[in-house]
Amino acid sequence: MDVTFKIRRRTPDVPDQQKPYWQEFTLNEVEPTDRVLELLHRIKWEQDGSLSLRRSCAHGVCGSDAMRINGVNRLACKILVRDLGEKIQVEPILGLPVIKDLIVDMKPFFDHYKQVMPFFVNDEPLPADGRERLQTQSDREQFDDSTKCILCACCTTACPSFWANEQYVGPAAIVQAHRFIFDTRDQAGDERLDVLGEPNGVWRCRTIFNCTPACPRDIEVTKAIGEVKLAIRKGSTDGIIQPDAIH
Amino acid sequence: MQIHKHDAIIIGAGGAGLMAALYASKGGADVAVVSKLYPTRSHTGAAQGGIGAALGNLDDDKPIYHTYDTIKGGDYLTDQHAAKILAENAVDAVIELEHMGLPFDRTSAMRISQRRFGGHTREFGKELVRRACHAADRTGHMILQTLYQQCIKNEVTFFDEFQVVDMIVVDGVCAGVVAIELGSGEFHIFHGKANFFATGGWGRCWSVTSNAHALTGDGAAIALRRGVPMQDMEFFQFHPTGIYRMGILITEGVRGEGGVLINDRGERFMERYAPSAKDLASRDVVSRAIYLETRAGRSIKNRGYVHLDIRPQTVNRYFAEEGKDRSDFIDEATVERKLPDILDFCRTYLGVDPVHEPMPVQPTAHYAMGGIPTNVEAEVVIDAAGTLMPGAFAAGETACVSVHGANRLGTNSLVDLVVFGRRGGMRMADYVKGVDWTPLPKDAGGEIHAEFERIRNGAGKSRPGELRAKMQQTMMDNVGVFRTQETLQQGIDDLAELRERFYTDLHIDDKSRVFNTDLMEAWEFGCLLDLADVTARAAIERKESRGAHSREDYQQRDDDKYLVHSLAHHDGNWAAPDYQTSFDKKVDLSLWEEEIAQGIADDQQKFRPKERVY
Repeated sequence: MDVTFKIRRRTPDVPDQQKPYWQEFTLNEVEPTDRVLELLHRIKWEQDGSLSLRRSCAHGVCGSDAMRINGVNRLACKILVRDLGEKIQVEPILGLPVIKDLIVDMKPFFDHYKQVMPFFVNDEPLPADGRERLQTQSDREQFDDSTKCILCACCTTACPSFWANEQYVGPAAIVQAHRFIFDTRDQAGDERLDVLGEPNGVWRCRTIFNCTPACPRDIEVTKAIGEVKLAIRKGSTDGIIQPDAIH
Repeated sequence: MQIHKHDAIIIGAGGAGLMAALYASKGGADVAVVSKLYPTRSHTGAAQGGIGAALGNLDDDKPIYHTYDTIKGGDYLTDQHAAKILAENAVDAVIELEHMGLPFDRTSAMRISQRRFGGHTREFGKELVRRACHAADRTGHMILQTLYQQCIKNEVTFFDEFQVVDMIVVDGVCAGVVAIELGSGEFHIFHGKANFFATGGWGRCWSVTSNAHALTGDGAAIALRRGVPMQDMEFFQFHPTGIYRMGILITEGVRGEGGVLINDRGERFMERYAPSAKDLASRDVVSRAIYLETRAGRSIKNRGYVHLDIRPQTVNRYFAEEGKDRSDFIDEATVERKLPDILDFCRTYLGVDPVHEPMPVQPTAHYAMGGIPTNVEAEVVIDAAGTLMPGAFAAGETACVSVHGANRLGTNSLVDLVVFGRRGGMRMADYVKGVDWTPLPKDAGGEIHAEFERIRNGAGKSRPGELRAKMQQTMMDNVGVFRTQETLQQGIDDLAELRERFYTDLHIDDKSRVFNTDLMEAWEFGCLLDLADVTARAAIERKESRGAHSREDYQQRDDDKYLVHSLAHHDGNWAAPDYQTSFDKKVDLSLWEEEIAQGIADDQQKFRPKERVY
């Protein structure tokens, strides 16, 4: 089949390409099972080498190629032509400054990530036997969903609250905090809850649910944010995630 | 050019680089990590099944068994002393990762859970052992995330999206590296006392690969051009189970959980090739078996792939045949819980649900056993005598220490990068305290800057993408799982033609400075080309079959001639290099030698090179 691509482009250091513009490309002999990333590569490698995008693993685990594809945030390597049709529109994710073509400035995103203390804290003495800390599999599964996050920014840049206020930490940072807040081995939960209880923390979330379908890892992002909200309200994580609710 | 000065410069932010950064900074060094990707994009994150360590949480296990398996898996080209360090340090390293918060799955006794993996046994091959510590089927993702998190906690300095393109060597000492800031196109000099290469592999030399687009062997190619020989390049692992045509990895953990390989006749063919370990024989053995089944006309629909079957009814039928207890049987929920990402890949890319249908798989170019030679402290070695290049360090896939020998065991890549990343980090912290800064040469960065201008201004007709695709195809056809003198010569000839076009007929579209990925891809192609070339040349000169290197014209292993590491040297002429491959670097056989010294009878010696049987 033939597929027509309409791609949002700009090049900051070429005078007549600084303002964003649309460009169309047509590809022949496209298979329904082709990934959008493969087709963007075909455009780049066969038609116009200046088309610029980030990518690496090409199978949805590195998080480099988040883009807005037919109006929805996706990883280009994890969406197939058969799910999109013969006309495919590709533009940069929203809410972050566009540098060149599909490449955005990720610094604000990673700055928010760093705000939530995204690292394990436990200052207690290590087990005397020199072995691992103990944890039940059931406790481990409480935060399994949020460990899947690859920091691709699909959720945060799908969030109208983030578009409206770039100071909002955004869904991805909250998911990252969730991963530690609900880990029974971690001890800095209260400090993270304090950060997220601030005006630009979880309360900017208006439960619009854009983040959940945007996640290429199928993380229940809105649910995770809800659990963090509950933990702040209760001042504790006890009983928020029911073991029987874990699938 | 802007100059940055740090005690230790870490190039690459995957598992080895971050581990080294963490331990060098904990040891007091001022560290900067320079990476062409955001750290969390690194390919360590794609590792799935597990990290091997003889914790013994589920089965009786000891590091010496892990050592034995690693050496046997490597078809005895493994340096035995290094393998012993790998297996012993693995236990501490995995425990430390847990202490850093890594969310391993747990046993009913609340300890780190472990699963079976190919070639991992107890009591020197007696039976398969559960040794691979796992976090679902995204163990590498968890390692990468955990290490990055700890680097943030320890306030390590990062230069994200800075691509290192040259190494500065002054009178045989590595004094730093040259990098391009991708966001501006500007050149920067990183002046370091210790310079640690952790840039990963070069699977993108082949057309079907599990490797990320970013895996273009930059660090190895740079070092090669600046006088560091590449060790054991002829050994490149093809993982048996890549998704048909796409090459995306399906973890060996599928077979670790009971999955089996099935041919077009419905036979579990590995029973014929490896009667004992069957589907969990080492990867080189399984990949060859798939090719041989294909040649015999027994691939599925005769299309060059076989089925990997994890459907509970299939797995349980074979479990029952093997006399396994019913409590070991699996159900759909087990598959969903233990292999969620694999199910996701198959459902997304193939429309196949592995719980109900088998997965189509074929061998996929996966892992470089060879690379930058180092000692066990991750210090770069430049000849057969073990001479060091002061200031240069390397670990992970880009290095060759050599623990993987002629064929790496599953899980040992993650073990390698945490163990030798950690040792290298500690060594650098000490090293930088005892040495002075090597002054930079006046023209630092000049030569590589000129090379980039050559690529940018090329007025020929050849697009880098076209040249790369041709290289990948010839490597797949001629320097793949099976090789002969003729195919290898064809590969070398094809590469020579591509080199000629790269240096005389190149053209890129993008002339801008900011994020010029066209330019960077063209330069990366040059790196791949150099590494493909030394791979083919080392392979044509190793006239034996060992591990992942299978010569159809020399089918036997030849320990008399080739129980040695190869070293491929580049003469420094970038456009038209003259390569020399030497076969004179001794394999460390110290564990075997100890057995001899202890008077252990020949047939009782565990570490004596012998025929591999699985």
